Amino acid sequence: MNVVVCVKHVPDTEAQVRLRADGRGVDESGLNFVLNYYDEHGVEEALRIKERLGGTVTLVTAGPARAVEGLRAGLAMGADAAVHIQDQVVAGLDHIGTARVLAAAIKPLPCDLVLCGKLATDDNAGIVGPALAEFLGLPQATAVTKLELGDGRRATAHREVEGAVETLEVRLPAVITVERGINEPRYPSLPGIMRAKRTAITVRRLADLGMSTPPTAHVELLQLAPPPKRQAGRRLEGEAAAVVGELIRALREEAKVL
Amino acid sequence: MSAATDVWVVVEPAAGGRPRKITYELLGLARTLAGPLRVHAVVAGRAVRGMADDLAAHGAHVVHVAESPLLEPYTTDAHVQAVGTALAGAAPGLVLIGSTAAGRDLAPRLAARLDAGIVTDCASVAIEDERVVATRPTMTRKAIARVAFGDGIRIAVVLPNVYPPAPAEAGRSAEVVPVAFNMDAGDVRTRVVEVSAIKRETVPLTEADIIVSGGRGLRGPENFALLDKLAKELGAAVGSSRPPVDSGWVPHDYEIGQTGKTVNPQLYIACGISGAPQHLAGMSGSRYIVAINKDPQAPIFGIATYGVVGDVFEILPLLTEEVRKLKSAQRAGG
Repeated sequence: MNVVVCVKHVPDTEAQVRLRADGRGVDESGLNFVLNYYDEHGVEEALRIKERLGGTVTLVTAGPARAVEGLRAGLAMGADAAVHIQDQVVAGLDHIGTARVLAAAIKPLPCDLVLCGKLATDDNAGIVGPALAEFLGLPQATAVTKLELGDGRRATAHREVEGAVETLEVRLPAVITVERGINEPRYPSLPGIMRAKRTAITVRRLADLGMSTPPTAHVELLQLAPPPKRQAGRRLEGEAAAVVGELIRALREEAKVL
Repeated sequence: MSAATDVWVVVEPAAGGRPRKITYELLGLARTLAGPLRVHAVVAGRAVRGMADDLAAHGAHVVHVAESPLLEPYTTDAHVQAVGTALAGAAPGLVLIGSTAAGRDLAPRLAARLDAGIVTDCASVAIEDERVVATRPTMTRKAIARVAFGDGIRIAVVLPNVYPPAPAEAGRSAEVVPVAFNMDAGDVRTRVVEVSAIKRETVPLTEADIIVSGGRGLRGPENFALLDKLAKELGAAVGSSRPPVDSGWVPHDYEIGQTGKTVNPQLYIACGISGAPQHLAGMSGSRYIVAINKDPQAPIFGIATYGVVGDVFEILPLLTEEVRKLKSAQRAGG
């Protein structure tokens, strides 16, 4: 089974983020970037499928030059090949445009299954996976916590919905977005890291994908601002019964939530 | 808006023939945004026409109804087709969809099909200088993004629990418009085999007004029973930070935070939770936060409305008992 995994190179979620002075983005100088957390789960799932059923694992990303490091991280885990859509216009795409470009890159690839993270931890949008499914004309299952491939023509996916777990049968090929909990991603091995360095990465411009003009963005980021500072409130200290009494009073009379 | 427009709400049917709570929140927001213009609700399901009166009472002027056995339970293919057909005909300037499992599955695909603008995780949607502008938490809640839609169809996927539900007003009625839906069963490429309810959950975490949440400080799975007891008295949902999930004390669906759920309750009671950035990313939008932790240096105290420095194992039973007394007094008092 040939699996394509869409990945994104994002700021480490543990890192301090400095906003650009113009509010139009993040100051990338000195910022540590990593393979998106959920995409690691996607790569891991693809590798497990390959180990069971054979086939190939191909990574696809759309991003700036540094995004090659995200691809190398996935190759080091064990992926076979990688495609990097690198074009000046990529930075100006919205999520729907990104999905369009990814679809154009994936169409010519041998592909029985597309895996994506359920969202990227930089902008938390969760748009690209389902939009990609639409552009590829494939069925989808989103935020999947367990995936079983049956006869290769259908998969069974578990998704968490409000207060329940849904079991879904999906025709293949399909686009599956993966949730944390689906697996435990492996660490790259030393031979994997060495091989990743040697693997040739296919670079594609939009023109190579048959797109003469980039898709028009329908949304525009006006500003990134720090979140409103939450004031620390009141400390309640002392003997437990007195503290609880005061807490109940405050929740009733000040917050009015009891 | 550059071209004044009606506002559409995609209804999410829940059990019992009623819409999910988020639908009422969206109807309230839609009324505000539509001003003198009309609010449309679009509902797809097996037999959902009966919801029209309820939707009208909560603010819908027009209810678009797609009915078919294929529309229940929710599947992506059938619902994108039904809702997409209704929207494509009207090309509305603004569509509101709830950020639920189904909404997040449906909305991006709908946007792709209709070539619409889409913004997810909206914490606010407003009209500013003739533009539709949404705000959303981003970068693990380290930033708030203001995003403007361009022209054309705009789809805002709105977080639950941030807008108050629209009040019902008797006597309102809505025009009911059928939506053409003629799909073959064979065109629906997914099939829901089973939906198994997660037993513990009374109210889904994302819809709960009160959440009681536990962290590493609870020391073991058995102690989550203390949270269950308090939650039962409060009518609250129970959640957790990441360590209890990683340790296997509670299932993954308990998790609140960057790799779990984002919640916006009225009251969040954090028990034995230190307050790592990864956890704060999912709950710092709560209206009031109570933190119970024995470590006075715990970062959670930096954002808590009420910080109780103390032993959770001592505080929780006392708090549960006091809440029980209060609630029974309130019930007795009418």
